[in-house]
Amino acid sequence: MTCWDVVQDYGLRSLGIGERLLPRSDFTLCQQVVLIGSGMLWNIYFGAIALAAGFFLAIATAVAKAHHNPLLRKPADAFVLLFRGSPLFIQFFFAYFAFLNLKSVSPMLDDLSSAWLGALIVLFLNTSAYSAEIFYGALMSIPKGDNEAADAYGMHGFSRFRRITLPTTLRLAWPAYTNEAIFLFHSTTLVFVSGFPAQSQRGDALYYASYFADKTFNPFVPYPILAGYFILLTLTVIGLFGIVNRRLNRHLPRENTPKIRLRPNLIR
Amino acid sequence: MSEPGATIFSFCADPSSIDGFEWLACYLTTAKHLSIYWSVGTVLLLLAITAPVALLFGFGGASAARSRVWPVSIIGRSYIAVVRGVPDIAFFLFFVIALDQFFEYLRHQVKCPDWDMPIRQGNDFVVCAAAKLPLGNAPQWMHEVYGFSLAVLTFSIVFGAFAANVLYGAMRAVPRGQIETAEAYGMTQRQTFWRILVPQMWVYALPGLSNLWMVLIKATPLLFLLGVEDIVYWAKELGSTKTSKFTDYPHGDWRMWYFAGLLVFYLCFTKVSEAVLGRISRRLSRGQATAAGEAQRKAALS
Repeated sequence: MTCWDVVQDYGLRSLGIGERLLPRSDFTLCQQVVLIGSGMLWNIYFGAIALAAGFFLAIATAVAKAHHNPLLRKPADAFVLLFRGSPLFIQFFFAYFAFLNLKSVSPMLDDLSSAWLGALIVLFLNTSAYSAEIFYGALMSIPKGDNEAADAYGMHGFSRFRRITLPTTLRLAWPAYTNEAIFLFHSTTLVFVSGFPAQSQRGDALYYASYFADKTFNPFVPYPILAGYFILLTLTVIGLFGIVNRRLNRHLPRENTPKIRLRPNLIR
Repeated sequence: MSEPGATIFSFCADPSSIDGFEWLACYLTTAKHLSIYWSVGTVLLLLAITAPVALLFGFGGASAARSRVWPVSIIGRSYIAVVRGVPDIAFFLFFVIALDQFFEYLRHQVKCPDWDMPIRQGNDFVVCAAAKLPLGNAPQWMHEVYGFSLAVLTFSIVFGAFAANVLYGAMRAVPRGQIETAEAYGMTQRQTFWRILVPQMWVYALPGLSNLWMVLIKATPLLFLLGVEDIVYWAKELGSTKTSKFTDYPHGDWRMWYFAGLLVFYLCFTKVSEAVLGRISRRLSRGQATAAGEAQRKAALS
């Protein structure tokens, strides 16, 4: 069995396409690389969608947090505190069991207890809260002169937000937001170890890596493969966000462009 | 098998005859519930051991990264760098097996030098019986202590790398003039390091270390994945559906409420830590030539 056959059998195994049974003995390096890579599809799916959707909720929450009206500010504060103050691991567990209870309410809610939707919702809310804090910090450090200039030009309301506030906020927040994106991708590995079932062994990269580690009792092959994939993913995220960073700062002299520096944030 | 009658409250002798608040009071003090309260102690113990050990690892890593001997410096830098790009959870799962096998391998080399079979036989890791950790005939508590120690060591290695990163940054944040002055006074490298750099770096390291402490608190539920019977384990165990066959306190699936309780527990824990760390940071920046110290001075004047 050549490696190409393995790719055909297991390349999309994490989506349920291809060979039904996972390899059980005589694990080859190729099998491990292909299956763990196939699991990465889940990590990318969770991370990309949660990040894209969370961006908008994060901006809205940050604006609400900075608002003078307590009816907007207090709920935003509570939302951020709830998701930043507790471990993501426990949030997953709580959400999973809460969704299980919801199942009895209506069959429409069945999908909530499966990972593709339920875990995505938790990650979406979680990254929104973390990003909201980042954007809030940036919103607070917009130079006073920018706002005064906007006043002088008679800009108000939404046009001022769209033309002055938002671009500066994004520019200031972007390096920190890049880190948030990286660690969001890292925390997607928690999904299948925290309650959400991997239906018919369709799991993420960590799920397959720990499958191989359990079967072979040798952690020195699957985990480095997993690490390699995540380093690639991290570099891709840094590259993509770097392009956006350059665009956000294109009106500034080159040496003023803030560099994106990787800051470890570990587990939520 | 019925649980032994709870002894904390006298009215708990017959659980089927009571309800409301009394029932809840009895339910929450059953022998099994006492284990979940004890496991909170496990979490605190983990924090109490991991924090200083990780700080030590971090200090070692940061000093190594600064070293002028390049192999040492490379080791220190890669220790810091490698945990950045990879999900931490992968490290936890990796180290717990790898450390276990490493210790067993070392003991195997020492205790059974005349063993002739390979240690890795296909999918098995085989060491001689005398090298097993803990020994096959060891009591249950030894297994638990060994599992917990492995978990603590794993946490310390991973968090040590993060602490190393923070301390490395803090060492570089100490004003260059301080080092130059020390050199001008004729201090050796070692003296400069221990007498000038190390005492001054803490104020720069504190924000990062506070953040790390918060992260460490939030990482404690991962003990569950390392096979320790911690609060997550007990919340799952106690919350699951119980029928009257097995317990005097039958109930449905309450796991959601148990995890809601854990959420609240962690929220309170972070809140308290935040308050304490805020006090420490105010105390440490008093009289320092930093923005925070300056703000305190001005506030005192007005």
